[in-house]
Amino acid sequence: MKLDDVIRLVEGQVLNSKSNLDWEIRGACGADLMSDVLAAIQPDAILLTGLCNPQVVRTAQIADVRAIIFVRGKRPSSETIELAKEEGIPLISSPYGMFELCGRLYQAGLPSLECNLDCAG
Amino acid sequence: MTTDQELYGRRGRIVTDQDAKDITRVEELAYDLKIQDVMTRDVSTVSPEMPMRNVLDMLRKRRISGAPVLDNENLVGIISMEDLVRAMSMNDLNAPVAKYMTTNLITVFGFDSLIKALEKLIQVNVGRLPVLDENNKLVGMITKGDITRGILIAIQKDYQEEEVRRYRASHLFEDIKSDRTTLVMRYHIKKGDFINGGNASSNIKRALVRLGASPQIARRCGIAIYEAEMNLIIHTNNGGRIKVEIEPQKITMLVTDDGPGIENIENAMKPGYSTATNTVREMGFGAGMGLFNIKRIVDNMELTSAPGLGTRLWMSIIMEDDESLREADSSTDIQGETTQ
Repeated sequence: MKLDDVIRLVEGQVLNSKSNLDWEIRGACGADLMSDVLAAIQPDAILLTGLCNPQVVRTAQIADVRAIIFVRGKRPSSETIELAKEEGIPLISSPYGMFELCGRLYQAGLPSLECNLDCAG
Repeated sequence: MTTDQELYGRRGRIVTDQDAKDITRVEELAYDLKIQDVMTRDVSTVSPEMPMRNVLDMLRKRRISGAPVLDNENLVGIISMEDLVRAMSMNDLNAPVAKYMTTNLITVFGFDSLIKALEKLIQVNVGRLPVLDENNKLVGMITKGDITRGILIAIQKDYQEEEVRRYRASHLFEDIKSDRTTLVMRYHIKKGDFINGGNASSNIKRALVRLGASPQIARRCGIAIYEAEMNLIIHTNNGGRIKVEIEPQKITMLVTDDGPGIENIENAMKPGYSTATNTVREMGFGAGMGLFNIKRIVDNMELTSAPGLGTRLWMSIIMEDDESLREADSSTDIQGETTQ
């Protein structure tokens, strides 16, 4: 699924426009705990989160996350947007909540890229 | 008025990062490059007295479509193929250049940026502009072709420089001959510096990619160091230090601080055990997963701590032969370091 399709499904608004919207997305992961993201997410996923600080972008960059979707219409700080621009990570804001968004994407065929506790790396 | 198609086209077009970068670079170059950097310097000139017949010969021989007219080194006009056609149609090839040349001159200065020349070329729709120096003397001519060529050469140079930089970094370990080559990177992490939290990890990950590490290796190191970096920011009295040693087949990471130390290491390693404050938890950290995550993602980990003295976290990631930062080189003896 292309990031563009994801944006349509979540009725999202891209917050940093000059970004890589034609990227292929392999799956998704939803979490507000960055340690959970670092532990579980596999490369080339999108991250759904309610957390808006620059650490979200750092986490995404370290864990090879393709794009970040902020749930419930949250808007990250300008520092966060600036950092995402530098790292080339699209930020998307969606009006829907975490459960609704995960449901929409899963139903549209986007798999989970969140691995279980026993998988490494 | 905007047509539907224009609207659709605008909405439908997605500008990728690469596009955006390329566009900006060309725009940048149009401002950075000077007209004198790309103009043609070796210009054929004619005098006002020269017969149009000689101009015809010259344009044909030199395969050019126009020439500036100089009178005692002063630019007085420009003569072009169109002027020549006019003279020919009047059967007037013996007439002097002065009779047919264009005297209403649009010129640019050599020290101006390319964008000036572009603006004028587009504004007046002419093919070439005479270029003057600060004393209004002719120093060259500039055409749209010169501008395109100049920008292309500059972009190519950019590209080659980037290639050379990449090549150099990814062959570092092959180029340096020693019994044991180690690249050491050191970072000081400040306590409570959440805004910059992750910068060191991010730089380490980037460095590994440039040195030719696989994305998986770079990612694992990045994750381990990031957790450790956040621990320094959240839990220490005075921040701490990160030291990363990169060898062709092994990455060793040492994270140290001077307190407060961990009361119970066994507890600290348990998933979910945390001593973090609510503020830290609100930032998405301090859920008691850090050390547990680190242990899962690195190949070796040693954690020692003394309450009141400080904590020392040693981690290593081993690269298999096919992931090594250089082609297999059996002449160099690289042994895994097991002590601190």
